[in-house]
Amino acid sequence: MASAQVQINLPLPVLPAGWTAEKDFKPVGSLSNATDRNIEPVGPHFLAHARRKRHKRTFSEDDRIQAQASVKKIEDDDEGEISEPEDPLMLQREAKDWKGQDHYAVLGITRYRWRATEDQIKRAHRRKVLKHHPDKKAAKGGTEDDQFFKCIQKATEVLLDPVKRRQFDSVDEAADVEPPSKSETKKGNFYKLWGKVFEAEGRFSRQQPVPKLGNEKSNKAEVENFYNFWYSFDSWRTFEYLDEDVPDDNENRDQKRHVERKNQNSRRKKKTEDTVRLRKLVDDALALDERIKLFRQQDNAHKNKRRLDKEAEQKRLAEEAAKAKEEEARLAAEKEAAEKAQKADSKKAKEAAKNASKKNKRVIRGAVKDANYFHGAGDAPASQIDGALNDVDVIITKLDNEEIAALTAKLSGAKGADAIKQVYQDEVKQLIGAGKLKEGELKSLS
Amino acid sequence: MSAENDPAQRVAIGISFGNSYSSIGFTTGEGRAEVIANEDGDRQIPSVLSYVEGEELHGGQAKTQFLRNAKNTVAYFRDFLGQEFKSIDATPCHESAHPLEHESTIAFKVRDSAEDKENDITVSDITTRHLKRLRNSAAYYLGKEVNAAVITVPTNFSDAQKEALNKAAKDAGIEVLQFINEPVAAVLAYDARPEAKLADKIVVVADLGGTRSDVAVVASRGGIYTILATLHDYEVTGLKLDQVLIDYFAKEFLKKHKSASDPREDARGLAKLKLECEAVKKALSIGTSANFSVESLVGGIDYTASINRTRYDLLGNKHFSAFSRLVLHAVEKAQLDPLDITEVILAGGNAHTPKIASTIANAFPETTTVLAPSTSPSAINPSELSVRGASIQASLIQEFELEDIEQSTHPMVTVTPHLSHAVGVLCISGDESNGVFHAIVDAETPLPVRRTAIISTPREGGDVLIKLAEGLRHIKVTKPEPKTKKEKAEDDSEDDSEDESDEEDELREKTWKVSNVLSEAAIKGIKKGGKVEVQINIGADLGVNAIYREVGGKGGVRGIIAGEKAANGSA
Ligand SMILES: Nc1ncnc2c1ncn2[C@@H]1O[C@H](COP(=O)(O)OP(=O)(O)OP(=O)(O)O)[C@@H](O)[C@H]1O
Ligand SMILES: [Mg+2]
Repeated sequence: MASAQVQINLPLPVLPAGWTAEKDFKPVGSLSNATDRNIEPVGPHFLAHARRKRHKRTFSEDDRIQAQASVKKIEDDDEGEISEPEDPLMLQREAKDWKGQDHYAVLGITRYRWRATEDQIKRAHRRKVLKHHPDKKAAKGGTEDDQFFKCIQKATEVLLDPVKRRQFDSVDEAADVEPPSKSETKKGNFYKLWGKVFEAEGRFSRQQPVPKLGNEKSNKAEVENFYNFWYSFDSWRTFEYLDEDVPDDNENRDQKRHVERKNQNSRRKKKTEDTVRLRKLVDDALALDERIKLFRQQDNAHKNKRRLDKEAEQKRLAEEAAKAKEEEARLAAEKEAAEKAQKADSKKAKEAAKNASKKNKRVIRGAVKDANYFHGAGDAPASQIDGALNDVDVIITKLDNEEIAALTAKLSGAKGADAIKQVYQDEVKQLIGAGKLKEGELKSLS
Repeated sequence: MSAENDPAQRVAIGISFGNSYSSIGFTTGEGRAEVIANEDGDRQIPSVLSYVEGEELHGGQAKTQFLRNAKNTVAYFRDFLGQEFKSIDATPCHESAHPLEHESTIAFKVRDSAEDKENDITVSDITTRHLKRLRNSAAYYLGKEVNAAVITVPTNFSDAQKEALNKAAKDAGIEVLQFINEPVAAVLAYDARPEAKLADKIVVVADLGGTRSDVAVVASRGGIYTILATLHDYEVTGLKLDQVLIDYFAKEFLKKHKSASDPREDARGLAKLKLECEAVKKALSIGTSANFSVESLVGGIDYTASINRTRYDLLGNKHFSAFSRLVLHAVEKAQLDPLDITEVILAGGNAHTPKIASTIANAFPETTTVLAPSTSPSAINPSELSVRGASIQASLIQEFELEDIEQSTHPMVTVTPHLSHAVGVLCISGDESNGVFHAIVDAETPLPVRRTAIISTPREGGDVLIKLAEGLRHIKVTKPEPKTKKEKAEDDSEDDSEDESDEEDELREKTWKVSNVLSEAAIKGIKKGGKVEVQINIGADLGVNAIYREVGGKGGVRGIIAGEKAANGSA
């Protein structure tokens, strides 16, 4: 085959570092399967191909069959088209009643109806023409009756004209799917039965594709989208196919205008009725749709749960707050108690200390008597007694409780007036040393 | 071997034989195809025969007999050849001799001799008579006996139909060297022009004839043609376009002559309308208006009127767009996108109609060339494409023994594996760090194939990596920015074909996706500014033999990728 050269102006990538291959080449994959096709045995390049491929060989009939076995076909064969039986009554139709005919039945494509493609309509038409052409019928000795053939032509004219087809499809009741009764949908086939209804209604939608009814597994968004779509349905359905014939110009103009106006009104009325009908239909489906209830329940459950959760949370918070308060109170009480206890303790101790020091003071003062008021031998004169007692009182005022206690202890250990006097004198000396008394301030002990 | 089967004695012509028109042609000594005009000066010769008092009229002369001698005039019979009565469409013959069931074949009851007697003339016979007349016209023009031909047929012509045609031709003294498909003949007619360049392309041949329309999607790879898909339609036809004008003028006539009867209800009146309206239609292909003029249309009333092209464009628009949908449908059937189509060749007589060409051109992107008289100054006459292709093919094979031709067209030769995907290299481009695919061999290329590519290298040269891969064609669709409310509202008021106009606005581009890396190779030490040559040879066993070298450099790298079949050891 001829070789052609391709120019590629984009640069090749730089060889990545570390790339190696034996002799600088490595296979990675392999080509996808090829398709066997017939090349056309035409033109100079084919002749060159044939020369190469034949090599003076001769091929047989068997070779032909074998070679063609896997070849891709490019022509469709019409076989496999299902042909619908023709109703004998339909075959007797008059062409002038074309408005009343079921165009899809005439062409034998009632299983497709509004779903029929342009191609299917054309093929159906051809099938019917081959069968019903009046010239062929006449040639076979039949009648010259071309009525049904005219019906076929009319059906094709309508169905191949997008505008006329919509007008017919708008009133093609055979394509309607009646909504199921309530009891029918109770048996768990809501989706199947209503799905068909909506599929049929969807043919009128300007917006395509039309969302599907779905099934029990559809999620809330899908279901909502579905009903939203149907509640704002944009329909191309029109009703001029049902118009009353307008008399042609020759007749009375007023009459013509009258019929036209009547048609306009009737179209509008039918359109309104259809909108209402559809709305009711959607209402009915919605009312029966278990999913809606389920979603509501779920919603409610969800809402309830949220409410309960909220309440529980509040309760928990309240409880926590209460607990915290209690704890606080408890701690406060404890603290107070502790403080009280501490206060009480210190009071007691103070009291005890007070008592102890009172006792000690008594001991100290008593010791003065034991020391015969520092008078030596003999009864001490009253002045001596006063002076000694005053001096000892001075000492006591200079001492704290502990020192008093210590002094008491020393005094208890001292036997005899001199020893006692000595203890006092030592105490005085100490107080003088601490700067609390002046030398000679206490006459009785100097 | 009889003398007339001797290739040396052969004088071969090309014949295009349609239901409506036929053409004859030959290839000159310089290798140029030429279409022969018959004795009436017609290059489009109506495929019509008419018998008047034993005299046989042919072509244009026979066609005028629709007016007064319809019963003995035979037309629109090609498709009946080799068919059973139950599978033919008799519609186009309604205004002339009707086809009848005759034994296992089809015949016309015609008074074809001076005797007052009707004879059954089979389709084969009438074809033989027609081909004889064509052969005589060619002989008359060429000045020598013609004894062989290449004849074009529709792609859905069955073997039985070809056999019947072959026999009818033989009876007419014509040895059919080969039947070739009409759309392929059209592609060949274009490719045989001296200025044509050999290029890989996808061509759609859209043929709008008199009784049918046919579309074929053809892959053209190195001058080899493969039909990828076809469609045939009997609803969008030239006769329907004539009918549009018939209805228009009949209504105009009735408006003007209120008391006259409808000329369409009158056999003669209808025949006159038909002939005149076809002529008006043809005139509107060249002029922007045309005159209609019939003497005694009905009830002795003469009628003249005129129509401008705009009016016709409007009246026929329904059919024009149906034809355009058909063409797009064929592209879809070939699993292609309009962006894949390099050329649309408009063929058949109605391709002269400017509005048909412009409707098709609008349905395809700007990258697609529409070859029709009104869209391309270099277009070949669409009525002559078939016959030109046939004439070229005739000149190519006329020296071959029949046996040789038969063997060369044997499925062992024609059945060929075709690449499923394009094969190419990965290059660097902008931010595409993984490499962009660039095809070297396109999908649907028959194997074996050899292709060479010259590829740029980085600016500084050095070492490069060459990755061979399969690429999948991908259509990238960019949706337009949503319209503002105001614009939208205005749109709505204009028309309700909103989605159509929306579709037009989206941006569609052809891109590639790398599907399967086949091999890696390195070329080292490339000079600054150097280029790399990659030669790919793909065998029928899907084995790939690749040769890489620096252009002008020494040595190179060679690698083999085993084909699936070879890998399985079954090659
Ligand atoms: N110049 C023209 N402008 C418009 N239409 C034309 C022109 N020339 C021919 N035609 C129309 O083209 C049709 C014939 O096409 P073609 O010559 O391809 O015929 P054909 O192949 O025999 O057709 P078929 O087999 O489909 O009946 C007729 O409808 C004819 O009116
Ligand atoms: Mg043709």
